[in-house]
Amino acid sequence: MNALMPGEPVSESADRTRASGDRPPAVEVLSAEKVFANGTRALAPIDLSIADGEFLTLIGPSGCGKSTLLKLIANLIEPSDGRLLWWRGEFLQVGQDGRRFAFVFQEPTLMPWARVDANVRLPLELASVAKPKAAPIVAEAIERVGLSKFTRHFPRQLSGGMKMRVSIARALVTNPNLLLMDEPFGALDEITRNKLDADLVRLWWERKLTTVFVTHSIYEAVFLSTRIIVMASNPGRIFRTMTIDQPQPRDEEFRGSPKFAAYCRELSTWLAEASLPSASGGGL
Amino acid sequence: MKPLLQSETFVRIAAPLAVGIVLIGMWEVGCRLASIPVYLFPKPSDIYVSLIKNGPSLLRALLVTLRVTLQAFAAAVILGTLIAFMFVQSRAIEVSLFPYAVLLQVTPVVAIAPLIIILVKNTQLSLTICATLVALFPIISNTTLGLRSVDPGLANYFRMNRAGRLKTLIKLRIPGALPYFFGGLRISSGLALIGAVVAEFVAGTGGRSSGLAYEILDAGFTLDIPRMFAALLLITLTGVGLFGAMVFLSKLALSNWHESEIGAET
Repeated sequence: MNALMPGEPVSESADRTRASGDRPPAVEVLSAEKVFANGTRALAPIDLSIADGEFLTLIGPSGCGKSTLLKLIANLIEPSDGRLLWWRGEFLQVGQDGRRFAFVFQEPTLMPWARVDANVRLPLELASVAKPKAAPIVAEAIERVGLSKFTRHFPRQLSGGMKMRVSIARALVTNPNLLLMDEPFGALDEITRNKLDADLVRLWWERKLTTVFVTHSIYEAVFLSTRIIVMASNPGRIFRTMTIDQPQPRDEEFRGSPKFAAYCRELSTWLAEASLPSASGGGL
Repeated sequence: MKPLLQSETFVRIAAPLAVGIVLIGMWEVGCRLASIPVYLFPKPSDIYVSLIKNGPSLLRALLVTLRVTLQAFAAAVILGTLIAFMFVQSRAIEVSLFPYAVLLQVTPVVAIAPLIIILVKNTQLSLTICATLVALFPIISNTTLGLRSVDPGLANYFRMNRAGRLKTLIKLRIPGALPYFFGGLRISSGLALIGAVVAEFVAGTGGRSSGLAYEILDAGFTLDIPRMFAALLLITLTGVGLFGAMVFLSKLALSNWHESEIGAET
């Protein structure tokens, strides 16, 4: 099994995240693999179940297929073999059940000609929601990311961190059931990044929002996640899994705790192992 | 308050103005000292006198030229934008029609003007057509380029939200194309004026509907060189005015967000 626990914190309850019960898992990846047209094997067959309400992080060396896995989960690409289920249904079912995905990328990808509120309103507009109906939702999303004072600003008037907040507000505005984030804070300085991480944890907790997060940062992964998937490359596969069973929502206190340091140390060794050319799957 | 000389705006206006005044002064003094006859090269003061004296007829000619120019410019903007939209909707349309747009661009207007003037009875209309042909290409090529230059991240975002063609066009492509479009407007406005004047030269029509080009031709026939200069001055001023109007429009539309106009506001 992949679900090895890190050395020290293993004594803590090995029980799953707060989700579970009889709620169906948000996403099930069933022996899904991805081979690109040029023959590159991006992902070996992967089995993964993401519980509803979980914060799952994918981490690994470059080329380990973590972004490919995220795209599979987002249904942006199709698996070459195997299949995926969302809430135990096919992808078509997701929209019919009124469930929605939202994406946040490394770039904020805002429209430079539109003010903050218009940028946040975009997904609603694309879904043909009337302006008066959208206005309170937009205002609420902007408030949640702490940008109420900047509603009428243009993106160029905002810092990198604030632009990212706008991008997150835009993702929240559709009230998504699954939030997919591909290295969203990778281009930000560490202080801004920590602040955004803390805000993200709070948002995730308040919204009970299933989140799949791709990152390069060990600290970010440990701070945010309920579960971390360490991936290895050639071909991309799950190397090991770490469960971070710590109270929620987490804050700066957790970041300074010895437990946090222990998780980070463990994860760091795993990542180093995963990056070795001889790394073999299954965590042997 | 800052001393006047250190103010950026003051320097930007005053410096070229000073150069102009000095040049005109040298021109005036030089002509007087060398006593160059008026029919060879008039002094600025001669031109000024002629401008006042021939004011009404020159002004009427200016209005004629301006009307042709503006009509042609408007036609070029509308046609050019529509063609650009067509090009962007389908690669096949662009590939099959773009060479002809280039053909239009590289054929000198002087060469096709006689043909158009013969084919189209109405002089005003034929002049407008000539000027439109000259002004059309920058609009087509710039707008097409702009509509295609969509931020790939944003385009991807629109696709993931299953935005339709029309919504993508209105919400993403058109706003993104505006800076390019305004660049096209600046070039095209000047070309419309050039096209109008050149076509008038070729047509050589006199009478009530004659424009500034005819004034220049006529002044040449009668060796009224100051009037020729006066007409030339009006054409130049018209061109500058058009360009200024386009700069203003572009500032109005883009100053909030586009890099090209942001620097100017501080």
